[in-house]
Amino acid sequence: MADLRSNFLGIKSPNPFWLASAPPTDKKYNVERAFRAGWGGVVWKTLGEDPAVVNVNGPRYGAIHSGDRRLAGLNNIELITDRPLELNLREIAEVKKAWPDRALVVSLMVPCEERNWKSIIARVEETGADGLELNFGCPHGMSERGMGSAVGQVPEYIEMVARWCKEATRMPVIVKLTPNITDIRYPARAAKKGGADAVSLINTINSIVAVDLDSFAPVPTIDGKGSHGGYCGPAVKPIALNMVGEIARDPETYGLPISGIGGIETWRDAAEYIALGCGTVQVCTAVMTYGFKIVEEMIDGMKKYMDSHGFSTIEDFRGLAIKNISDWKYLNLNYIAKAKIDQDLCIKCGRCHIACEDTSHQAITHMVDGVRRFEVKDEECVGCNLCVNVCPVEGCITMQPMAPGSVDPRTGKVVSPQYANWTTHPNNPSAVAAE
Amino acid sequence: MPDISAGRLAADDYGKNFSDVHPPLSAHEAVVESDRCYFCFDAPCTNACPTSIDIPLFIRKIGTGNVEGAAETIFESNILGGMCARVCPTETLCEEACVRNAAEEKPVRIGLLQRHATDTYIERHSTYGVRAPATGRKVAVVGAGPAGLACAHELALRGHDVTIIEARGKAGGLNEFGIAAYKATDGFAQREVDFVLGVGGITVESGKALGRDFALADLRSNYDAVFLGLGLQAVNALGVEGEETAGVVDAVRWIEDLRQSQDKSAIEVGSRVVVIGGGMTAVDAAVQAKKLGADEVTIAYRRGPAEMGASRYEQELAQVNGVRILHWVAPRQVVSEGNAVSAVEFERTALDASGRLTGTGRALRLTADQVMKAIGQTFVSGVVETVALDGGRIAVDEEMRTSLAKVWAGGDCVRGGEDLTVQAVDHGKRAALSIHAALSV
Ligand SMILES: Cc1cc2nc3c(=O)[nH]c(=O)nc-3n(C[C@H](O)[C@H](O)[C@H](O)COP(=O)(O)OP(=O)(O)OC[C@H]3O[C@@H](n4cnc5c(N)ncnc54)[C@H](O)[C@@H]3O)c2cc1C
Ligand SMILES: Cc1cc2nc3c(=O)[nH]c(=O)nc-3n(C[C@H](O)[C@H](O)[C@H](O)COP(=O)(O)O)c2cc1C
Ligand code: SF4
Ligand code: SF4
Ligand code: SF4
Repeated sequence: MADLRSNFLGIKSPNPFWLASAPPTDKKYNVERAFRAGWGGVVWKTLGEDPAVVNVNGPRYGAIHSGDRRLAGLNNIELITDRPLELNLREIAEVKKAWPDRALVVSLMVPCEERNWKSIIARVEETGADGLELNFGCPHGMSERGMGSAVGQVPEYIEMVARWCKEATRMPVIVKLTPNITDIRYPARAAKKGGADAVSLINTINSIVAVDLDSFAPVPTIDGKGSHGGYCGPAVKPIALNMVGEIARDPETYGLPISGIGGIETWRDAAEYIALGCGTVQVCTAVMTYGFKIVEEMIDGMKKYMDSHGFSTIEDFRGLAIKNISDWKYLNLNYIAKAKIDQDLCIKCGRCHIACEDTSHQAITHMVDGVRRFEVKDEECVGCNLCVNVCPVEGCITMQPMAPGSVDPRTGKVVSPQYANWTTHPNNPSAVAAE
Repeated sequence: MPDISAGRLAADDYGKNFSDVHPPLSAHEAVVESDRCYFCFDAPCTNACPTSIDIPLFIRKIGTGNVEGAAETIFESNILGGMCARVCPTETLCEEACVRNAAEEKPVRIGLLQRHATDTYIERHSTYGVRAPATGRKVAVVGAGPAGLACAHELALRGHDVTIIEARGKAGGLNEFGIAAYKATDGFAQREVDFVLGVGGITVESGKALGRDFALADLRSNYDAVFLGLGLQAVNALGVEGEETAGVVDAVRWIEDLRQSQDKSAIEVGSRVVVIGGGMTAVDAAVQAKKLGADEVTIAYRRGPAEMGASRYEQELAQVNGVRILHWVAPRQVVSEGNAVSAVEFERTALDASGRLTGTGRALRLTADQVMKAIGQTFVSGVVETVALDGGRIAVDEEMRTSLAKVWAGGDCVRGGEDLTVQAVDHGKRAALSIHAALSV
């Protein structure tokens, strides 16, 4: 039976599923409910200096939905904790004492001065918390005050603050990165240089989630105005996965521990982050949508997956996908695949046909011998996978690789068994000769 | 003494029993359901709709909150989309074709979505469509049933002046007089008639009958074109002894009385009712008899379930309402006691070696206080003079032209239809387009 126990920077937790620093971890009441539900750890809602910030008193969230009003993306304009520092610290100490086996990391954000960071760290130290997470990510409100993503967007600041913090504490330090930059590798490298033990990512993405077409204001709207917010939830997962992958395979940060965040809802999402090298994962929007109970599915699903693949701990598959992330130019151009439709599964909706007909390569029939029938014309199919993605029946259309030695009916050429990429392709003006 | 009486139920049970069989979707339910549609290419549901409503498009409009736009898509193809949403046997039309059947055996609920859109629109607008400039051409439409109404609306939209001549006191045809009460509640048939006529350019002359008050020849000389939407005005006879006994009623007439009564507790129904037939009319009569408080209602049909004109879904509706369906029995005699019916004598039937229906000689007697005949209606051809017939109904070509110049026909009165409301609408619309083309040269 798979063992989900995790040890991240020496911080132990019964499973790698943590709650991200956000409303679900804002106070003792929520965190204890989460622990009772089975969460392995939490990153406490970001603490700041007193007097505490104030939040808007109107709506803070907006969302986009997919079919059946499933929440696909959430946007928020909430700030860091608006509760007094003293109260938070007292509750942190109480929770850690009552739940010694769970991970309890404290997120911090104070003005960019050495003494501010050092003084708050000293106070956190007394709570017995397991680690620190530096919030360089919050993209709204706090950034206007020179904190959050305003720091996270300048690698030199990241390095500087990380160094101050490492000097000031016995605890491991995690730097939480903002995705609102052009190349995630720079802030990650800076964190490493500053001595950070790990990075966590992503924080939320700058966003306007909707525009109200009657009041002509962004959503959420406060007294007729709206401000950009931070975007999270299932819709951001692909962006976060890419950023995690970039850091994981960057030679300068290779091996730097990562806590993966962004759009995680299920065991499968979590497993993907782990396959890209993450030691723990953090969840926010999914619990804000469904409550803490979802962790039961995550634990059970992950165990079943690991058992079926013969992995006894998460270390057994952590990072296995990193080596398979490649630059485009190294992809094998001699690999040829064709779409194939399983006629027994096909419900004849015609989506594949119209997608390929209107926007791709006119490679799917809609009528064969006068009857409604959808078949791939191998002589036209470029193997783009669009039809697979638009088909409502999972597994109905699959991509079948062509065997080397067979003839591709589209090009009339024999499929080569040799690997050959763009760097050596004759159409590439700067091609190098193949060896 | 046979037990036939009115007022079998407590006063408030009538309202309950005759409320909508399929309550309308709420706005929330409609959006959830619209999500299920795949927006199919060359949509099978549209191909299965006799009026070819662009179903994926109207459903997509519901999903985006454009409910009125959805209704416009429906009315563009079918001006009686509101009634069709209530009465179409969708289980054998669009919903049978829906691709969601293939994977889940659960089609998108197209009929209810159509109703949601059309109800919303009819509540907010007095009509659909804007007339083209007047052409000065005059068309006579005989019969204000679905075929005549659809034809008249389409012609009016194109700028022609239409006179509808209707034998009865009210327009609507079987929508008003025949459709089961629980399918078209709250006076919907008349509201829809008003909606259709609201477009303008249509005059209804009711209480005037072709063949009685004027001849087809008069219409041909006074109008540029004539459309006949006469429906079926006679019912088939059982042809058995005792058919004229008191207590034996014609189901269509009985339903008509029910539809027209202001007070359903005044309608007489037997304690034990036997309905003879296997179509939609048989089911409607049986179910409504049950809803009026009959104790035992039996549909007696001479063949098996697969041959019934009523769809499987309708057969189930009957059974859910407590109606018993007896197959393979043919009536041989209506038995009377005193001057009234007391039973029906049946012979059990079977298919012989060559597949023909034959009697087996085995008898079955069903006690009955009331017998309803629902074995089909026929076209009364006397009124149409020299128009050529085919199989007892008016012969028409693809464009609904009859054998007589300037005369078109459609709906139940023509050969080859399916005797459905939606079919009649399609005929009326197609005839109008053909008439318009003829008047435009
Ligand atoms: C009991 C019953 C239940 C039904 N249930 C359904 C159902 O649930 N779903 C469904 O799709 N279909 C149903 N049908 C069938 C459907 O009602 C018909 O197919 C449809 O009404 C045909 O339309 P029409 O315009 O051709 O004829 P009708 O609706 O019959 O209209 C003909 C009109 O012409 C008028 N008329 C006739 N002769 C003359 C004349 N000489 N001069 C002037 N006017 C004349 C009549 O008064 C009538 O108003 C049902 C039919 C019956 C009898
Ligand atoms: C309402 C809200 C408030 C948040 N507040 C904080 C915060 O105080 N500190 C922080 O580091 N991240 C904060 N986040 C970001 C989350 O911790 C997390 O990085 C992000 O939501 C992506 O994860 P998800 O897709 O699972 O929600 C907040 C997110 C939300 C939705
Ligand atoms: S893989 Fe692309 S080109 Fe081939 S059939 Fe599918 S959509 Fe068309
Ligand atoms: S999209 Fe899938 S289900 Fe639909 S026709 Fe194509 S193969 Fe069949
Ligand atoms: S067949 Fe079904 S899923 Fe396809 S367009 Fe019609 S209603 Fe939608």
